[in-house]
Amino acid sequence: MPETITLTLQVNGARRTVDTHPMARLLDVLRDGLRLTGTKEGCGEGECGACSVLLNGRVVNSCLVPALQAQDGVVVTVEGLAEGEALSPIQDAFLVHNAAQCGFCTPGMLIAADDLLRRCPNPDKEQVQAGLAGNLCRCTGYSKIVDAVRSVARQGEVR
Amino acid sequence: MEVHVIGASTIRKEGRGKVMGSAAYADDVDLPGCLLGMTVRSRCARGVLKGITFLEGVPWDEITVVTAADIPGKNFVAGHVDDQPFLVPVGGAIAHAEQPVLLLAHADRAVAEKARRLVRLDVEELPPLLDIEEALACVRVIHGERNVLKEIRIAKGDPEPVFAAAAHVVEGVYRTGAQEQLYLEPNVMIGTVEHGPAGLEVTVSGSLQCPYYVHDAMKQLFGIPGERVRVVALEMGGAFGGKEDYPSVIAGHAALLALKSGRPVKIAYDREEDMAATTKRHPSRTRIRSAFDAQGRLLALDIDFALDGGAFTTLSPVVLSRGALHAAGVYRCPDVRILARAVATNTPPCGAFRGFGAPQSLFAIERHMDVCARRMGMDPVELRRLNVLRQGDTMATGQVMREDPGLEGLMDRAMAAIDYRALQKAYAVRNAWDDPVKRGVGLSVFMHGCGFTGSGEATMASVAGVEGRPDGTVAVLAASTEMGQGKNTVFCQIVAETLGLPVDMVDMAEVDTKYVPNSGPTVASRSTMVVGRILEDAARGLRLALVQGGFLAEPYDPEAFREAMRAAHLKLGSLKTYGQYRANPGFAWDDKTYRGDAYPNFSWACYAAAVAVDLVTFEVKVEDFATVQEVGRVVNPTLAAGQIQGGVAQGIGWGLWEEVTFREGRMANNQLTNYIIPTAADLPHIRVEFLEGGSPFGPGGAKGIGELPMDGPAPALLNALRDALGDLRLDEVPMTPERILNRLEEARHA
Amino acid sequence: MRAFLPDYAIQAPGTLDEALRMLAAEPGAWTPIAGGTDLMVLFNAGRLPGRRLLDLSRIYELRGIEDDPSRLSLGSLITYTELLEQRAVHQFFPNLVKSARATGALAIQNRGTLGGNIVNASPAADTPPSLLAYGAEVQLVSARGSRWVAYDAFHQGYKKMDLAPDELVARIRLPKPQGLGFHFYRKVGTRQAQAISKVCLAAYARIQDRVVTELRVGLGSVAPVPLRARRAEAAVVGRALDALPIEEARRAVLEDISPIDDIRASAHYRQVVTGNVLAQMLKELGAARTA
Ligand SMILES: Cc1cc2nc3c(=O)[nH]c(=O)nc-3n(C[C@H](O)[C@H](O)[C@H](O)COP(=O)(O)OP(=O)(O)OC[C@H]3O[C@@H](n4cnc5c(N)ncnc54)[C@H](O)[C@@H]3O)c2cc1C
Ligand code: FES
Ligand code: FES
Repeated sequence: MPETITLTLQVNGARRTVDTHPMARLLDVLRDGLRLTGTKEGCGEGECGACSVLLNGRVVNSCLVPALQAQDGVVVTVEGLAEGEALSPIQDAFLVHNAAQCGFCTPGMLIAADDLLRRCPNPDKEQVQAGLAGNLCRCTGYSKIVDAVRSVARQGEVR
Repeated sequence: MEVHVIGASTIRKEGRGKVMGSAAYADDVDLPGCLLGMTVRSRCARGVLKGITFLEGVPWDEITVVTAADIPGKNFVAGHVDDQPFLVPVGGAIAHAEQPVLLLAHADRAVAEKARRLVRLDVEELPPLLDIEEALACVRVIHGERNVLKEIRIAKGDPEPVFAAAAHVVEGVYRTGAQEQLYLEPNVMIGTVEHGPAGLEVTVSGSLQCPYYVHDAMKQLFGIPGERVRVVALEMGGAFGGKEDYPSVIAGHAALLALKSGRPVKIAYDREEDMAATTKRHPSRTRIRSAFDAQGRLLALDIDFALDGGAFTTLSPVVLSRGALHAAGVYRCPDVRILARAVATNTPPCGAFRGFGAPQSLFAIERHMDVCARRMGMDPVELRRLNVLRQGDTMATGQVMREDPGLEGLMDRAMAAIDYRALQKAYAVRNAWDDPVKRGVGLSVFMHGCGFTGSGEATMASVAGVEGRPDGTVAVLAASTEMGQGKNTVFCQIVAETLGLPVDMVDMAEVDTKYVPNSGPTVASRSTMVVGRILEDAARGLRLALVQGGFLAEPYDPEAFREAMRAAHLKLGSLKTYGQYRANPGFAWDDKTYRGDAYPNFSWACYAAAVAVDLVTFEVKVEDFATVQEVGRVVNPTLAAGQIQGGVAQGIGWGLWEEVTFREGRMANNQLTNYIIPTAADLPHIRVEFLEGGSPFGPGGAKGIGELPMDGPAPALLNALRDALGDLRLDEVPMTPERILNRLEEARHA
Repeated sequence: MRAFLPDYAIQAPGTLDEALRMLAAEPGAWTPIAGGTDLMVLFNAGRLPGRRLLDLSRIYELRGIEDDPSRLSLGSLITYTELLEQRAVHQFFPNLVKSARATGALAIQNRGTLGGNIVNASPAADTPPSLLAYGAEVQLVSARGSRWVAYDAFHQGYKKMDLAPDELVARIRLPKPQGLGFHFYRKVGTRQAQAISKVCLAAYARIQDRVVTELRVGLGSVAPVPLRARRAEAAVVGRALDALPIEEARRAVLEDISPIDDIRASAHYRQVVTGNVLAQMLKELGAARTA
């Protein structure tokens, strides 16, 4: 049985390959293998969402994905949200609304918020809660995060 | 040119890196050649370490092993009392189940982790002491003569005769549980040790709140002078007090492993270890006896406040002090007696957590006032109105209210914000319907003392500075750390305002003890008020230096200032000015008698909560939460509101869900799946209003806000639950669904 | 991460045949992994006993939905999110929709599978009560062949199942309710999202002429296995909607369950709340519109 595999991923638009143990977590592949340290580990048990990334278009906890299952996958991390130096609308809203305090939940929260707004550009209160409930934040009480999401929502309002 | 930076919602200084994912937290730092460290813990609440055995299964020769025998200096973590060892020596006493015994490091974390499981400790077990009641009853004695780590007495007048004559005497006992800070970034610390010309040079960096606490700890651990210790605070993923004292332990461990291995060593706790081993909010038990006259005027208070400090002294004396000083709440009372004790138990030491003892004692008094009102047939709001502190009143320590705290005004505003009376009326009707959901509304009125207690600030005499850089920008030099609360931004705003510069000309110097002076620990809601004012002085000093040196003529514009700094630099080399803490004139405190001005200032608040309880499941939903506070001048409204909302969320968690379950002295629910903090779906949008009163002491009149929001939610929620459910024994937090069920059954059987 | 990587191996067969052959060759040596949302938690904590993992995620035979007039058949790899995207599930099995929405949070729903939820066999799992209420059957496949078992007979004891070491769960089949039905689902966790159930109750009742002709109540978190509340069901079947024996059923359900004290809730809390939720369900059933 081979100790390592060559993992091929498309990460933030670029094709990347990395040699890894097939049971290594996607989180570690990103952080250690590819030095994309924006994605954080807050628990390693799927609870906190700090490790959230998009895998094949869906939000996942990268701490729960073995590398082998990500083979040939398309991954978006927080580093992939901005266009160069230009922040994406949700990043900008997080900045302006002070939705990032200590900032440790922020990368995962941004991935979840961005995904929410792509799925429902004009989310209602329940949709915002369901979209963000997998991402724990200990600093903000979520109020400012919801404000930021609301400001980017299509009608500028959470219904 | 008039520039107004204070009062503006300046965007967070380090915010861009945070939303880009480029902010570098300790675990993000690339450290080629570093080893990963692990901690082997005692796993027995009380006993004696007899020996250590290493089982087969890993290449032990590749693994760095450190025991107490490897410690060059003193094997005690520097603190109020030197009683906590970095590592339990063989033959030494084990005082709690998460005590570090042995350290391991290897380049591959997994190997170190595997090795950790292959260490066997030979321990002679002793029966442990596990809670406050056992400790006070001296079921066993594990500390001193009576298990008391610290005792404080506060007295004003003599309550005893008053009780005998009072129209109403109401007694109550209130309890609060331990609470985990749950900063989202677990602890990480990196240590390196070099052999310099004068001897060992120790550098540690990581996620830490108080660089100079760690600095002191390294000096003592290695027995070296301060010049050979360097502490660097990296980006911090939250702390809330949880990274106040424990980082000294981890830093010491990383540095010991670095010394032994000759390589940099990183210790990164995972969540399970972080929750189990590091400090928590002190569990408490408060007994209150209160006397009222026939009209409901508070005549006397007799308060017995006890905290569970855990196995070592750590910060318990100061947590206890703050708890005691807040125990009588915001009420005027002629005769007061407060007995406060922190007791030792065989559990991991408790430590700092936002509020620092005050949430515990304020929960008790604010819940008690509601109980008293109901007992006397009064409206809880009216009872408070009758008794709140006003100008000229004295607090329990004799501190005179020099200004009116305006508490009735705060109550009015909070009640208006939540529409208190209308809700109350509507609920009274609806709760009579055949609907399992019952609703209620309640409030709490409270204060939080800003800055260190009593003479703390004077003793510390903190220093902070500013540096004019050759490129014409200004750097803030302070050891205060950014943990998300917004200190970077607020400090820059204060300095910019003082210098009349736009805020983007000011930024923070890296928090590195090699370059920044000791501005004191980043705790006690002191950064804005205390350090901010020192910075104001330092900035004024810089301006004065430029003007007096002939580099700058007033009035000036930012470009002129920039030019002046360039010119000054060419001539003088470096350009740094410092300020130091100045005591407030007319304030006096006596630590022995606990008389005098306990705090230079208080922030004041009233919080109101609306809750719904489902009697099918006993779950509680917080439907609305309104906060109104007087915190002096608000330096940055958006950041300040974020502080309040975040603190309220933690307070709601503490009040309703967050329970640390101990088994045999160890946290049994040390996973996020079992330790329940609120998610986005569990909280309402938290309303925040600031009333800006004047404060002569902070920069531009600012007081502290960091801890205040932790104090009010729990009592407001439980008071609201009382409103929803009727007369129940709601005397404990967290008031979980299980507890509500038990209390309802108890009331039914009574 | 506490697992020692070199101790673990994982393989990803591309077809069901290949997977079944591997299982048959070394029964018990492999731990199947689907979405990994249960297994990876154990793995991260250094508590995953199985060292060789068999990745099912590339096996197309375990995917897909077959929707025919009388029943719906779901591939075991269906995720919660995919379940929520199925119109037929919303139309016929609203309890399953609620279970899926109540499971973890979005990132878990995107990865966790129905098959994994079943075979993980947690008494606190949230789809089993719904599957029990709908009379589900599961298809077990191995190199030896395939068999269907009634889901209410599948769990045999704490983490014990009618599942041989060489078998996989291939499909889950649900008969579509006919006629006038009543659906009820309630999960009781400590918080609104990302919570493990302390009590979970799903019910499906069939009503004819204002009489309950059929009732299945599935319960979670109140016994070593997800189970049917058969005594409570018996108390109610055959009774008229306006005369449902709520208190009798509440007493009966206490005989059905055997909750324990654990870190999440006390046995007593679970007993009381199970009775309350059952009573709430019966109240709603009694008020069901039947016209
Ligand atoms: C943060 C978090 C929250 C959660 N919340 C909930 C919740 O609210 N409610 C709930 O019910 N669960 C919850 N879970 C548990 C988990 O997500 C579910 O049980 C999920 O359905 C498991 O599916 P999986 O595909 O991820 O399973 P895996 O982890 O891949 O496997 C689970 C078990 O099933 C076996 N297995 C999987 N598929 C098959 C198959 N086809 N044939 C045979 N054996 C198989 C595996 O060998 C393993 O023993 C949560 C988990 C996490 C991490
Ligand atoms: S680290 Fe993955 S969910 Fe917390
Ligand atoms: S900003 Fe600190 S955890 Fe969310």
